[in-house]
Amino acid sequence: MEWETVIGLEIHAQLATRSKIFSGAPTAYGAEPNTQACAVDLGLPGVLPVLNGEAVRMAVKFGLAIGGTIAARSIFSRKNYFYPDLPKGYQISQYDLPVVSRGHLNILVDGEEKTIGITRAHLEEDAGKSLHEDFHGLTGIDLNRAGTPLLEIVSEPDLRSAQEAVAYMKKIHALVRYLRICDGNMQEGSFRCDANVSVRRMEQNEFGTRAEIKNLNSFRFVERAINFEVERQIALLEAGGRVVQETRLYDADKGETRSMRSKEEANDYRYFPDPDLLPLEIGPAFVDEVRGQLPELPDAKKERFKAQYGLGEYDAAVLTATRETADYYEAVVGAAGCDPKLCANWIMGDLSAALNRAGVEIDQTPVTAERLAGLLQRIADSTISGKIAKQVFEAMWEKGATADALIEQQGLKQITDGGEIATIIDQIIAANPEQVSQYRAGKERLFGFFVGQAMKATRGKANPQQLNALLKQKL
Amino acid sequence: MSLTTKDVDKIAWLARLAIDQSHVTAYTRDLSGILDFVEQMNAVSTAHVTPMAHPTDQPQRLRPDIVTEFDQRQLFQACAPLVDAGLYLVPKVLE
Amino acid sequence: MHNKTIAELAAGLRDKEFSSRELTTHFLARIGQYNPALNCFITVTEELALQQAEAADARIAAGKAGPLTGVPIVQKDIFCTKGVRTSCGSKMLDNFIAPYDATVVERLGRAGTVMLGKANMDEFAMGSSNETSFYGIVRNPWDTNAVPGGSSGGSAAAIAARLTPGATGTDTGGSIRQPAAFCGITGLKPTYGLVSRYGMIAFASSLDQGGPMARSAEDCALLLQEMAGFDEKDSTSVKRTVPDYRAGLNERLAGLRIGLPEEFFDEALDSEIARTIEAAIAEYEKLGAEVKKISLANMRLSVPVYYVVAPAECSSNLARYDGVRFGYRCQNPKDVHDLFMRSRGEGFGAEVKRRILIGTYVLSAGYYDAYYLQAQKIRRLISEDFKQAFEQVDVILGPTAPSVAFGFGEKTSDPIAMYLSDIYTIGVNLAGLPAMSIPVGFSSNRPVGMQLIGNYFKEAQLLNIAHRYQQVTDWHRRVPANFM
Repeated sequence: MEWETVIGLEIHAQLATRSKIFSGAPTAYGAEPNTQACAVDLGLPGVLPVLNGEAVRMAVKFGLAIGGTIAARSIFSRKNYFYPDLPKGYQISQYDLPVVSRGHLNILVDGEEKTIGITRAHLEEDAGKSLHEDFHGLTGIDLNRAGTPLLEIVSEPDLRSAQEAVAYMKKIHALVRYLRICDGNMQEGSFRCDANVSVRRMEQNEFGTRAEIKNLNSFRFVERAINFEVERQIALLEAGGRVVQETRLYDADKGETRSMRSKEEANDYRYFPDPDLLPLEIGPAFVDEVRGQLPELPDAKKERFKAQYGLGEYDAAVLTATRETADYYEAVVGAAGCDPKLCANWIMGDLSAALNRAGVEIDQTPVTAERLAGLLQRIADSTISGKIAKQVFEAMWEKGATADALIEQQGLKQITDGGEIATIIDQIIAANPEQVSQYRAGKERLFGFFVGQAMKATRGKANPQQLNALLKQKL
Repeated sequence: MSLTTKDVDKIAWLARLAIDQSHVTAYTRDLSGILDFVEQMNAVSTAHVTPMAHPTDQPQRLRPDIVTEFDQRQLFQACAPLVDAGLYLVPKVLE
Repeated sequence: MHNKTIAELAAGLRDKEFSSRELTTHFLARIGQYNPALNCFITVTEELALQQAEAADARIAAGKAGPLTGVPIVQKDIFCTKGVRTSCGSKMLDNFIAPYDATVVERLGRAGTVMLGKANMDEFAMGSSNETSFYGIVRNPWDTNAVPGGSSGGSAAAIAARLTPGATGTDTGGSIRQPAAFCGITGLKPTYGLVSRYGMIAFASSLDQGGPMARSAEDCALLLQEMAGFDEKDSTSVKRTVPDYRAGLNERLAGLRIGLPEEFFDEALDSEIARTIEAAIAEYEKLGAEVKKISLANMRLSVPVYYVVAPAECSSNLARYDGVRFGYRCQNPKDVHDLFMRSRGEGFGAEVKRRILIGTYVLSAGYYDAYYLQAQKIRRLISEDFKQAFEQVDVILGPTAPSVAFGFGEKTSDPIAMYLSDIYTIGVNLAGLPAMSIPVGFSSNRPVGMQLIGNYFKEAQLLNIAHRYQQVTDWHRRVPANFM
C-alpha cells in the first residue's frame, strides 16, 4: 500500500523585543523566577494590557518578507482555558483577523524547489513555565516568560515529508534571524513548533485524520517525531484501525509520540474579541516604512551571490543560509580582493569544519573575516601554497594570530625564486642517477618521486607550478 | 431554551466552578430562565449589522518598546497563597 | 461640618475655618457612630486617613493646596489601593492587599484628598441591591428596611448618611446611577474612556466606567476634574483635553432641547415616580428648556443584550481568580483541577457564579453566534438609536430606575426581576454614553432619582443641566432624619 504524508507546521517564534507584548517588563532570558513578571504579566486584579508597537512592526516585517497580506485592521481575541502557568485564565491571541495572512516560501529538497503556503501569522502572548522538579511534591510556576511576544506562523498542509518539514522550518528559522525579529535560540525555546501530521492513501483526495505533536524544539526532533508519527499512523490504518484526532507529545528519550490526556482535549476556548484592546489598525504609511527597513532577504541574496560572485546554486545557498554567514562571506571577499570561489571554498571547507568541531557559530569565530582574507591573499600572491595555508589556518584558529605573523614566525613563505629551486633540483638529479636514467628511459611515473624529494628538501615551501616546470625542463 | 443539569455540569467544568450538587437544580432553573429571557434578541433581524465590541471607534494605541517595570517579586508574592524559592506552588501538574 | 458640600468644605479648608485633620476626625467619628447600623464600609482606613489629613494640612499651610486638598472621600472597594485590602466585595479577595494604586486612586491622592475607607459593594459589582456582598448588606439611610441599590451601594449610602462628602463608584449597567437614585444623592457615569480603568477591578471591560458620587452636581464636577483624563496604562482611555467642569456649571438652559424617550415612560414605571419626574421636567421648562418626545426603539432589548455581553466578559475577566497567585485558595487541593474548581467554587458567591456560568455558556462552541454575536449586533442598534436621538435633542431625560428602593430579599430569588431594575440605565453603558442621576423628590418617603443622558464627552453639559436644577430645588440638600 502506498501512503502519502501530509504535514502542516505551526511555528512559534519569540519576537526579540526588549519589553513584553502587553507590559513594560523585560523579556531577557534566564532571570531568577518571577522577577520579570510585573503586575500585568501576573494578571493582578485591575491591570490592563497595552500593545507593544515594536512587536507589531516585527510581525509586519515578517509578513512582507513572505509576500503576505498585512491586515489593515486586525483583532486581538481571548483564548480561554485554565492552566496554572496561564495567569489570566486566557491567552491574548488573534483569531478571526490575524495581522498577516496568505504568504509563501520556497524550499529546496533533493535539488527541487517547492512553494509552501503560509496561511497566517499572528501575534500572541506566551505563557509562563511549569517546573515539574520536586518542590515538596508540588509544581513550581515561573511567570517570567508570561507575556513574551510570539509570532505564530501557520503553514498550509503543503509539506509531504519530515524532510520537507525540516527544510521549511529551517527556512523560516533563517528568515526570522535575517529579519532580526527572533534570536532563533531553540534551546531556550525562542523558536519551536507544533506539527499536524496525517497520512492518506495515494489515490485518496481528502486528508486523513491528523494528530498534533506539541512543542518540538529542535530540527532533529521535528524529523524524528514526524517519522515516528507517520509510521504509527500507517501501522494503525493497515491493521484496520483508525487515527484519533488528538494532541500528542514527543518523548525525545524514547523517540516516540504519546497521547496527552483526553480531558484536556475537551477544551472549548470560547474565543471572543478582547474588550481591553481596540482593533489594531495598520496604515499604508506604516507598511511602507517597514518595507523600507527590510534587509535583503535570503532568496534575493542567493541570486545576487550567484550573479555577482559567479557561485553555483549550492554554494550560494549554503553561504546565504544565515545572515551571519553571508555577511562573513562578503566581508572576506571584500577584504581579500581575490577569487570569490576561493573564498567560498575556504568558508564552506576549513572554516565550517573548524566551527563544527568547536561547536561555535560563525559570529563567534576566532578567525575573523579580515584575518581569513589575510590568509587568502597570501595564497593568491603565492606567498604560500594552498597546502601550507591549511596549516596556517589551524594555527590561526588555535593561536588567534594573523596569517602574516604566523608565516613569518614559522618561516613558511613559499620559495618562488627560480634559481633557488633549480639549485635544489640539480642536487636531487645528482644524488639519484639511477632514477634519472629510468625516468629518461620512459618510466614517467617517477616524476612524482622527484617532486616529493624537492618538497622534502624545501619542507613543502617550493612553489608547485614552478617546481613542476623546472623539473620537466631539467629531466 | 432549557438547560439540563448535565449542561450545567459541563459549563461549570469549563468555568472551573465547583457547584454543590444540591444546588445544581437551582442553577439549572436560574440559567434556563435567563437564557429564555435573552431569547427576545432573536426577534430582531441583524443580518447586515456590524457587531459592536467597543463603545469607542478608536484604534489600538501602540506602546514604545521600553522596559518600564522592574522586579517587585517580594511585594507581589506577599499576597500569594503558597510560594517557595520565588515560585508559585500548585499541586503536581502531570504532563 | 458633615452637611457641607465638597465645594463648601474645600473653601473652609482654604480659609482655615477648620483643618483637614479636624474634618477627617469628625467624619471618622460619624463612621464609628453610624456605620455599624448601615454597613457602608468594608474597611475604614483611620490611620492612613489621619496621615493623609496631616499631609494635606501641611500642603495647605505651605500654600500649595489644590481644589480638593484635605477633603475626605471614600473609595469603592473595587479600586486597588496600595497596602490596603481591596476585596471587591468578595470572599475571593478578602485577603488581597493590593500591591499598587488604581489610576483613579493615584490621581485623587495626588489632588490631596483623604481616604476614609473602602466602600461596601455588590460582589465584583454584580448586583443592583448590594445584597451580594460577602461583607453583608448595606442599609439605605432613608429607610433601613430598604436596599441602597447597587453595586455602588456603600458609596451611595455613606454619602446620604453624611459619613463622607463624596465617593467613587463604578457603573457597568447602572451601578453609580441606581444607588444614587435610591439614596437621594448625585452620581455621574462618564463617557466610556474618560476615566481610566487601570486598577479598577474588571467586571465587564467594555461597559465598566468609574465616576464620582456626591451630594451635588458641583461636587461631582470637582471630583470628576481629578478623576478624568488620559492614562497610558489603559488602551481604551481617550486622549483628549479635559474641560474645566466647574466653569460651565451656571450656563443658562434657555433653548436646551430635552428628549423624553417614550420607552422610559412606559407601563413598567411606577406612577408616583412618573409624577415626580414630570414635576422636574416642569422646572426645566421654567428654566427655558424645550421638551420633546423621542423614541429609542431598541431600548427594550438593552437588558437581554446586557445579560449576554456582561456575563461573557465577566466569565473571562474572572478566570484569573484561580487560587495560584493571589486571593482565596481552597484547603488541601488534591490536584490542580481541584485547586481551580474549589478555590473558585468556594471563593465566589451565587450571583457571581450565575453570571460566570451564563457567560461561559454564551461564548461556548455552537452558541457564540446566537447569543454573543447577536447581542453585539443589537448593541450596535441601541447605540445607533442614541446617535439619532442626539441629532434632535441635547440631552435625554427620564427616570433612573422603575421603582424607588425596594426591600431586602424582595428580588433576590428572581434574578430577572433584579436585572430589570436597571432597565433605564443599561442602554447608556452599551452605547458608552455619559449619564447622571440626581435626586428630584420622594415616593413613599424614599428618594426618586432622575436620569440625564448626554452625548459623548458632554459631561460638562450634563453637570450644568443638573446644577441649574439644584440651584432652584433643594432635594439634594435633604438629610435622612436619623443622620442629621
